[in-house]
Amino acid sequence: MNKVVLNAEEAVKDIPDGAVLMLGGFGLCGIPENCISALVAKGVRELTCISNNAGVDDFGIGLMLKQKQVRKMISSYVGENAEFERQLLSGELEVELIPQGTLATRCLAAGYGMPAVFTPAGVGTEVAAGKETRQFNGKEYLLEMAFEADFALVKAWKGDTMGNLVFRETARNFNPLMAMAGKITIAEVEELVPAGELDPDLVHTPGIYVHRIFQGRDYQKRIEQRTVRKK
Amino acid sequence: MALTKEQIAARIARELREGYYVNLGIGIPTLVANYIPPGMQVVLQSENGLLGMGPFPFEGEEDPDLINAGKQTITTVPGSVFFDSAMSFGMIRAGKVDLTVLGAMEVSDSGDIANWKIPGKMVKGMGGAMDLVASARNIVVAMMHTNPKGESKLLPACTLPLTGVRCVRKVVSDLAVLDITGDGFVLRERAPGVSVEEIREKTAGRLVIPGDVPEIQV
Repeated sequence: MNKVVLNAEEAVKDIPDGAVLMLGGFGLCGIPENCISALVAKGVRELTCISNNAGVDDFGIGLMLKQKQVRKMISSYVGENAEFERQLLSGELEVELIPQGTLATRCLAAGYGMPAVFTPAGVGTEVAAGKETRQFNGKEYLLEMAFEADFALVKAWKGDTMGNLVFRETARNFNPLMAMAGKITIAEVEELVPAGELDPDLVHTPGIYVHRIFQGRDYQKRIEQRTVRKK
Repeated sequence: MALTKEQIAARIARELREGYYVNLGIGIPTLVANYIPPGMQVVLQSENGLLGMGPFPFEGEEDPDLINAGKQTITTVPGSVFFDSAMSFGMIRAGKVDLTVLGAMEVSDSGDIANWKIPGKMVKGMGGAMDLVASARNIVVAMMHTNPKGESKLLPACTLPLTGVRCVRKVVSDLAVLDITGDGFVLRERAPGVSVEEIREKTAGRLVIPGDVPEIQV
């Protein structure tokens, strides 16, 4: 078993045009920075990206949007990106906005081997259009399908050579869910350690879900809204 | 005098109870955290994966891995815990969160809410709002009573795309505190110096006035 790859370029080298990708992160927190840079350098196009947000104009998925590499975004909130809004309004980019919990749960369902889930989010709204509904105990629910993604790109704090992952603070967010949901999951980590160094009780994502792992580099970890109080 | 945003937040904070788990939305709802009564333990949930949200960090102590749902740098408190987004919305969907406070562009007299989209103008997305309003047992909306043109935002039916239906229980606006029951908006309290007549005039939806309406204590 050898899951360790040299770097992001090697990890993403077989991602083709038209691939369906999942990208972990919430805002710019916990995003797979190295994989995104490698995809920008590679110039792969016509991508479908499933990600809670779409980055900002000059960072994260925003870098791929700027190069017009993305055909479709599936997200819950895209408010921080002017280029995104421009492409959306001009029709260059297709966007499917879905509730954040639905996004998370459709990843979870994929990773748990369940084809679909029922959720009340979006009942009675335009999100429900065309979806099967069902009543349970007098309350209406929408049938939402598990995601199918060719590749999941996730960022963890630590990982080992078996692909086991540990996340840090709120940089966890969608990462463990997407790690479970990709047909091929690529994990970039701040610190890659030999098998046996992570406490098995404290692993968040079991390595069975992770196909490729590499030690990331030059993390910027940009802060979107720097809010502080005075001492 | 209409309430300020801070005064709206302070009034909403009086809905808090000891031991509540609370989700605060972006904008006025965030300010509610500043008015938690001293000595009361309330746990703030941030839907990006944190229970036990603390105040903003001191300058120089910002941590890019530690943000709230508004993407602001924050801190933890003793007893805080992190989890993934599926568990976060799992606890919301399962009704574990005691109180949800969020903003709105429009609310209807049957409790429908619209706060995520203005067709042709704003397409930012619903984030976690649809999940929250579909499942939370106790939803309070913080909002201005009218839009900048002076038109009522408390309507017989929402005109904007809905976030959720028949879910809002209480509205605290700059002019009034209103409960939403089967009969419409029930006027419970009015801002100091604001008349029942003015509130009636600025409420387009069905308004019920149950006798004497006290002023909001500010």
